[in-house]
Amino acid sequence: MGFLPKGSDPIKRVLYVDLTHKKYWVEDRRDLFEKYIGGTGVAINLLFEEVPKNSDPLGPENAIIFAIGPFTATYPTGSKTVAMFKSPLTGNLGESHAGGRSAVAMRMAGYGAIVIKGKSDIPVWLSIQRDRVYFRDARAIWGMSSSLTVARIIRDNEPASGYRTIMRIGRAGERMVRYAGVITETYRHFGRLGLGAVFGSKKLKAVVISGERSIPVYNKQAYRKVYKEIFDAMVKSPLMKKYHDLGTPINVLRLDKIKALPTMNLKKTSFEYAKYLSGEYLAENFLGRRTSCTHCPVACIHLAALREPYEDEPYFYKTTFVGYDYEPIYSLGTMLGIKEPEGFLKLHDEVDRIGLDAMSAGVVLAWATEALERGIITTKETDGLELKWGDYETYIDALEKIVEQPNEFYSALARGVDYASKVYGGREFALSFGGNEMPGYHTGPAAHISFLIGSRHSHLDAAGYSLDQKTIGKELTPEEIVEKLVTEERWRQILSSLVVCFFARGVYKPDMVIRAFEALGVETTEDELKKLGKEIHLLKYKYKFQEGFDLDNIHIPKRIFETVSPHGLIKEETVVKALKVFKDKITQE
Amino acid sequence: MKKISVVDVDRCVGCQLCVFACNRRFGEVGVSKSAIHVESVGGFERGFRVIVCRACTDPSCASVCPTNALKVRKGGGVILDPKKCIGCGNCVDACPIGAVRWDVETNKPIICVHCGICVEYCPHGVLALEEVMK
Repeated sequence: MGFLPKGSDPIKRVLYVDLTHKKYWVEDRRDLFEKYIGGTGVAINLLFEEVPKNSDPLGPENAIIFAIGPFTATYPTGSKTVAMFKSPLTGNLGESHAGGRSAVAMRMAGYGAIVIKGKSDIPVWLSIQRDRVYFRDARAIWGMSSSLTVARIIRDNEPASGYRTIMRIGRAGERMVRYAGVITETYRHFGRLGLGAVFGSKKLKAVVISGERSIPVYNKQAYRKVYKEIFDAMVKSPLMKKYHDLGTPINVLRLDKIKALPTMNLKKTSFEYAKYLSGEYLAENFLGRRTSCTHCPVACIHLAALREPYEDEPYFYKTTFVGYDYEPIYSLGTMLGIKEPEGFLKLHDEVDRIGLDAMSAGVVLAWATEALERGIITTKETDGLELKWGDYETYIDALEKIVEQPNEFYSALARGVDYASKVYGGREFALSFGGNEMPGYHTGPAAHISFLIGSRHSHLDAAGYSLDQKTIGKELTPEEIVEKLVTEERWRQILSSLVVCFFARGVYKPDMVIRAFEALGVETTEDELKKLGKEIHLLKYKYKFQEGFDLDNIHIPKRIFETVSPHGLIKEETVVKALKVFKDKITQE
Repeated sequence: MKKISVVDVDRCVGCQLCVFACNRRFGEVGVSKSAIHVESVGGFERGFRVIVCRACTDPSCASVCPTNALKVRKGGGVILDPKKCIGCGNCVDACPIGAVRWDVETNKPIICVHCGICVEYCPHGVLALEEVMK
């Protein structure tokens, strides 16, 4: 029985789709959901099953795995889908999470996980409607300039408005830029680690999932009661209010103030124009609408309305909506020295049209700008583009070239900053961690240690940035940092197996998780959950080691030791020691 | 008598908590037994439509019911008598706002009873439970 809800919950059903043979089938995988809950825990097991050692991430042998869990649609903020795959960016474990309508649509379609493998001969999109899967001819929409148009067409061709997700790629994914993302519901992204390129390699343009159903719960009364408790805690929580009011961009001025805001390829950590990219300024001047993922009361999604005049005709305007968050403001704003919010929004819109990961794209452009500034490359490499801080129009042209790859330099940029700097030099200021471009926090040693040892090299693995900010003025030992980060990352394996949004982690404490499980007829304990969190974490590391991840040879960009943080200059020995402490810990366990 | 009212649809963020709340009346997780529905009007940026019974005092759905299974409710809207309902679906077609949905399990319409549980779980001020004016 384990973690599987009592009764007829369809969470245990896994849909397999074979693109090569255009066939599909469903398997009862209660074995996985009983033991690993769902989400990350189930997905890592499916990855081991489906993707053999040393597989080519862009070959038909790679698999796309989407997984949700028993809390999806069941409890508030059970809104996230876990995607797992072998990353074409790092050549290792790829895991990316997104919300929108994706998770609830999967739950209502009646699946706990979906595995997509093989490779189609022609471009297709998948339409998964409860028990039927349709392979739709996508030849007419392949190569279309904007992913927004693609979405409009699919929307008109598919049923179940309101209860469906439309995950799609742009041209960047089709052309297999290694950090192409998958966009869902226009404003949410499986951004990191190149899921879009994996879609492209399979000639998979989009995945539509829909369904409507009603799932009986084991203890109806207990369910209603604990649901209300969770809901009340959320709507009253100050953290949730913060994300509702200004959204994640509330962090811009906070990080600028403490000098943790990476600016111009991390040459600086505060930006004189930060005010114009702040959550406050964007909300006051551009905020057009707030929206939410399905089944989340927070509504953290902030859409800017950018009104622009046409130059060829008086009084003729267009209004573009751009979803903005802290991370893209960092990567496409401060990292590139963009001074005007309009410039940032245009750049962000372009990234969404072509379908790139905003974070990686910004970090790649920041490295290229500094490389040009230092003369490591010339305008011969950049195909005539004079990349310079703040010049968003040239950056938009450069993004187009990253997709089109007119020369070797842009082909290198399309493989990420780690690869490009290996070819052209400038390793010391190439902000890559384990092959993944840096997230937006130069808060202190814990953030960078977390980028290095986190199983996804993501800021969300263990929130090292948060630990840094809580310990300003104190110096934790490498042992203490590693201990805290690993403990946090292991608990997060449980949250992403349930699956609930990390923003709600303050509400989903162990006690609450246990009671929420109880209503579903699942009895568990804090010890059992923590033990499982550790097991899932170790499984992910087993996969990383299997694919060649090497803590002894992980590159640390020197730049992070040269630029002041809220903890002063970060000491290299602290970071190196932490890597050693972590290695000893993980190999002994 | 009370009725549900969509007081400001522009405040809707599309979270669908109301949909799940309505479905939870049966102690079940989902959307297919809900009498309230939310969908975007064509892309999240353009906003949402909230589809729910507006408690007509002269309801079209009741007038097309061949077996009188739908009785006009005091204060507007209708009450379903499942014993009389033959599942013809006329009521679904008759409601121009699409507020009558179909329960495929029971093969009968899903009728809003204006209980207000959706209002309770709308954190954004879209819905209200209003006293019906005489």
